[in-house]
Amino acid sequence: MLQRLRENKSAQGTLLALPTTAWLFVLLIIPLILTLVVSFGRRSPDGNVIYAFSFDNYIRLFGYSTDCPDGQASCFDPLYVNILGRSLSLAFNTTLLVITLAYPLAYFIARAHPKQRNMYLFMVLIPLWTNFVIRVYAWMMLLRKEGAINIILGWVMNALNIPFTPLEMLYTPGAVLVGMVYEFLPFMILPIYTSLEKIDASLYEAAADLGANSVKTFLRVTLPLSMPGVVAGTILVFIPVMGTFIVSDILGGRQVILVGNLIQRQFLDARDPTFGSAASLILMIMTLIVTYFYTRKFGFGEEIVVA
Amino acid sequence: MEKSEFAVELRDVVKRFITPEGNEMAAVDHVTMQIRNGEFFSMLGSSGCGKTTSLRMVAGFEWPTEGEVYIEGKAMGHTPPFQRKVNTVFQSYALFQHMTVYQNLAFGLEMEGAKEEDIKKRVGRALEMVQLTGMDRRKPRQLSGGQQQRVALARALVKTPDVLLLDEPLGALDLKLRKEMQLELKALQQQLGITFIYVTHDQEEALTMSDRIAVMSKGRVQQMGTPVEIYERPSNKFVADFIGESNFLDGKIKSISKNEASVFVPSLNSELTGMPISEGLVKGEDVVVCIRPEKIHISDKEVVNQNMFRATVTNTVYIGVDTKVFVDAHGAKLKVWEQNRISRLDPKSFYTVGQEIWLMLMPENTLILKKD
Repeated sequence: MLQRLRENKSAQGTLLALPTTAWLFVLLIIPLILTLVVSFGRRSPDGNVIYAFSFDNYIRLFGYSTDCPDGQASCFDPLYVNILGRSLSLAFNTTLLVITLAYPLAYFIARAHPKQRNMYLFMVLIPLWTNFVIRVYAWMMLLRKEGAINIILGWVMNALNIPFTPLEMLYTPGAVLVGMVYEFLPFMILPIYTSLEKIDASLYEAAADLGANSVKTFLRVTLPLSMPGVVAGTILVFIPVMGTFIVSDILGGRQVILVGNLIQRQFLDARDPTFGSAASLILMIMTLIVTYFYTRKFGFGEEIVVA
Repeated sequence: MEKSEFAVELRDVVKRFITPEGNEMAAVDHVTMQIRNGEFFSMLGSSGCGKTTSLRMVAGFEWPTEGEVYIEGKAMGHTPPFQRKVNTVFQSYALFQHMTVYQNLAFGLEMEGAKEEDIKKRVGRALEMVQLTGMDRRKPRQLSGGQQQRVALARALVKTPDVLLLDEPLGALDLKLRKEMQLELKALQQQLGITFIYVTHDQEEALTMSDRIAVMSKGRVQQMGTPVEIYERPSNKFVADFIGESNFLDGKIKSISKNEASVFVPSLNSELTGMPISEGLVKGEDVVVCIRPEKIHISDKEVVNQNMFRATVTNTVYIGVDTKVFVDAHGAKLKVWEQNRISRLDPKSFYTVGQEIWLMLMPENTLILKKD
């Protein structure tokens, strides 16, 4: 038996993949099936699930409403569609902003003296040692009306003799964007840094030798060779931003509701797991579609792992 | 414009670096070289001798701390690499992995602002020159080491530089391919008439290809000359030892005339006579007599001749082409290479350990070098 296994490479592979497969099955496939089943059900008046095969939750999510103002039987309610759209555009904006901030930083670190490089990387990582929620709360302290930013602005304006009313920064889409960018910046800096750091210095010399100045060298050599880092970072940032609800919950209040918040509230406040499940699946499908088209065009950035 | 006599000139160039310990170190220490147009010039030395740093200063990757680099008679100062009419073939090839072979070659021409049609033509010609026609759509990764080497060469040559700089370009190839490429490179250089400056630690490579060689050590040029000059007339003990192999015998000049000298060698307990002299030697000076192992004759019996010594064979090593015979003459240990001219299997036809033989040192094959 053992002898035969030793000779059979494909059986070995199957056996080695078994623990992972079992893990994925228990923790991913089964919950997914449960979510799917629940999403087709209906909520009973006391908040339980009535199993059925109905698309009501999905129809409702895309705007079908029976609770209409002027006595109509049905009408379009954009509430949930807006939430989905807002989540998508916030994820796009966050990713773009994170790339714009992370690239120069990663470039700076990769080009720094090797001795200082580790210190800079350490500084990038330090915030990750603090709890995610606490970091978001820290931003609340900075952004609120009596917060640090307004206090400092007040001093400055006072000194300049300009009348100053504290800015309303908290509970705005901007606050959520700032929070998201802050939270996910390291996940973009690290892969870009890795891919930049891997570029052989002789390639820069070769480009210069062949007549390229530093701008052309950057555009034709550095940037294309660091794209795997940008791609990997984008995946690492875009997907969690689509689903997270903590940042918008704390910094957006009731003003900025994202899919993540919607799902959370369906399960915990509205006690409608069927609608929450449907929203979860739609979120997943939306993320998959975007990721699918993105990776089909740019790959997964696997080069930074393999090459 | 009148073309300068020298393609590249280094005038009293010094390059100092700060070591990680904070000390200052001269990687290149007052080097002066004049490289003629159309010449195949090699810088030869072991690692850390300053050859690569010298080359990088010509390319513009480093700037001299003191002195000046001239290309085609023009002082380079702090001219950046992309404004110099020289191109480099890197030891690591430094090919752009995200570009095809064609794009790699076209890169340098695009930077010049060449027209697309022109680029196409020139890239095609360059690929033909290195026998890579048809490979233009491949990525460097899909090529063998030898092919990548050719791409690196073509990428530099397509720019038609005045001077091509080659930094150990064959270092990563296996021996057979390296020998082929040596001859190919030499042929290409003669065909194109471009000045080649070639950096290598491989003396055979340098001797095979070069018109002239600069032997370098500790940041200084030890000797500059043709391969024959370097091998046959090494100007000091370092060069004699570094290029090929040598026997060194310490001695003192006993008598000296216009063109000959006699040296007393204590380890042989006798005098070597009739040896050619170089400039600046005086009577009574401590010197080193240098003789190449293949230039010592072994004889079974004594012949009446000057500079003949009795010796005992201490070891022999058969290496196919030659037999290396190690001998002891009155305590002086010498190595002698004997060519295996006769094809025989009988071990008795070779020298055996313990055998008594006679060594003949032909005066014209010896060199008297100053003691370091």
